[in-house]
Amino acid sequence: MNGVHDLGGMHGFGPVVPEQNEPVFHSDWEKRVFAMTLTAMGRRVCNVDEFRRAIEQMPPPSYLAATYYEKWLHAIEALLVEKGIATREEIAAGHAAAPGPAKATGPVGNGGVDSFDSSAVKLRFDKSYKPSFNAGDRVVARNFNPEHHTRLPRYARGKRGVVRYDHGVFVFPDTHAHGLGAKPQHVYTVEFEAEELWGPDRNERAPVCLDCWDDYLERDRTAAAKPRAAKRRTAKPAGRSGPRSRAGAKKGRKR
Amino acid sequence: MSDGHDHHDGHDYHNAPLSEPAQRVKALEQLLIEKGLVNPQALDELVDTYERRIGPRNGARVVARAWADPEYRKRLLANAAQAIEELGFPPGPQGEHMMALENTPRLHNLVVCTLCSCYPWSVLGLPPVWYKSTAYRASAVNDPRGLLKGFGLDVGDKEVRVWDSSSEMRYFVIPERPASTEHLTEDELADLVTRDSMIGTGLPKSPSQSARRAGASK
Repeated sequence: MNGVHDLGGMHGFGPVVPEQNEPVFHSDWEKRVFAMTLTAMGRRVCNVDEFRRAIEQMPPPSYLAATYYEKWLHAIEALLVEKGIATREEIAAGHAAAPGPAKATGPVGNGGVDSFDSSAVKLRFDKSYKPSFNAGDRVVARNFNPEHHTRLPRYARGKRGVVRYDHGVFVFPDTHAHGLGAKPQHVYTVEFEAEELWGPDRNERAPVCLDCWDDYLERDRTAAAKPRAAKRRTAKPAGRSGPRSRAGAKKGRKR
Repeated sequence: MSDGHDHHDGHDYHNAPLSEPAQRVKALEQLLIEKGLVNPQALDELVDTYERRIGPRNGARVVARAWADPEYRKRLLANAAQAIEELGFPPGPQGEHMMALENTPRLHNLVVCTLCSCYPWSVLGLPPVWYKSTAYRASAVNDPRGLLKGFGLDVGDKEVRVWDSSSEMRYFVIPERPASTEHLTEDELADLVTRDSMIGTGLPKSPSQSARRAGASK
């Protein structure tokens, strides 16, 4: 969805202004909506991709005006209605007109992270699905403009990059956010040069590493492919020797 | 982004008129209790966990150990979630799939989430308002050096590598160990590690900065 949430590279939002001695929460209601949302997700009222999708479906002016936890409040209310767990009337009244849902399957728990039902939010698969790409592969991010939820931001679409890491198999947000299944597939970190993303006046050494699912990527046929050794499931930075070897690899690249 | 109402601990929460979201949240909690979906004591416990137990102090312990123990550093770089759990910090939500990013004399890492506000809760706690702001999310990917200058940070001609957290992987930075810290204990090293240094918008404190701060607060 080409939503207003897709902010990377936009101008006009002003400087970043940190708050001195910022508290974790700014009011009691923020605490409650935080804990209720986490609990609801733990109880499988919705999954995290549906939650993000519900936030993105806010009307753009509301999205931009809302604080972070106002967005959470909007999303959890919307999803309770969407999932048939509560009605708009019940939410407005603050009282249940019908008994609790059969849909929430996770335990209520006694709070805290230790008791959190992590199986409810498990998004990574251990099964070995075949990866389409290996570390070192030249790829192009797909140029698409879907109306559904996606985690491929506009700034990267159609841009060329290099696969740096294969993080293993995860659920696919584009389907998972819409009740269309997990569609498990590999997630890679793809490195895009600043110049490729932003144009020649951004020819500074400031690449962006973006995580991309298999379905977001195509092989870059224009690049002279020089496949390297597969580094499947090694979510490991290059380490001390990294910058040097990376620089070496870059020298070999044709721009 | 501050709402200005019932500012933090709510001693005026019961007297002042409830702000619109506060009224909605109160109604929602009552509804979810009646539906059997939440338990108010469990909510209290969850809030307390993120106010007191999970925060950047946890990440500072991880970084200090990585500075002090090369073997731990290797484990952290190979499997961050496991190495973090080694120190007694459970993965919990937003900490299951982790990668530690190592700053070097030639490389500075910066973490952002342009599409929402993904953040490594298990080591840094919940994100500050500025990290979730439109300004940060918009500018981090296309003007990271300008953004860092706004934070008072000049990284010179180092490569600045920006990590846009678009998947369920969560990233945090292992900053470079400050100079003249060879004599410090791991606890003292942890005191130098700031939240911002693990996001990439800051550097660790120097031992003298840390001492001045401790002196000033006494």
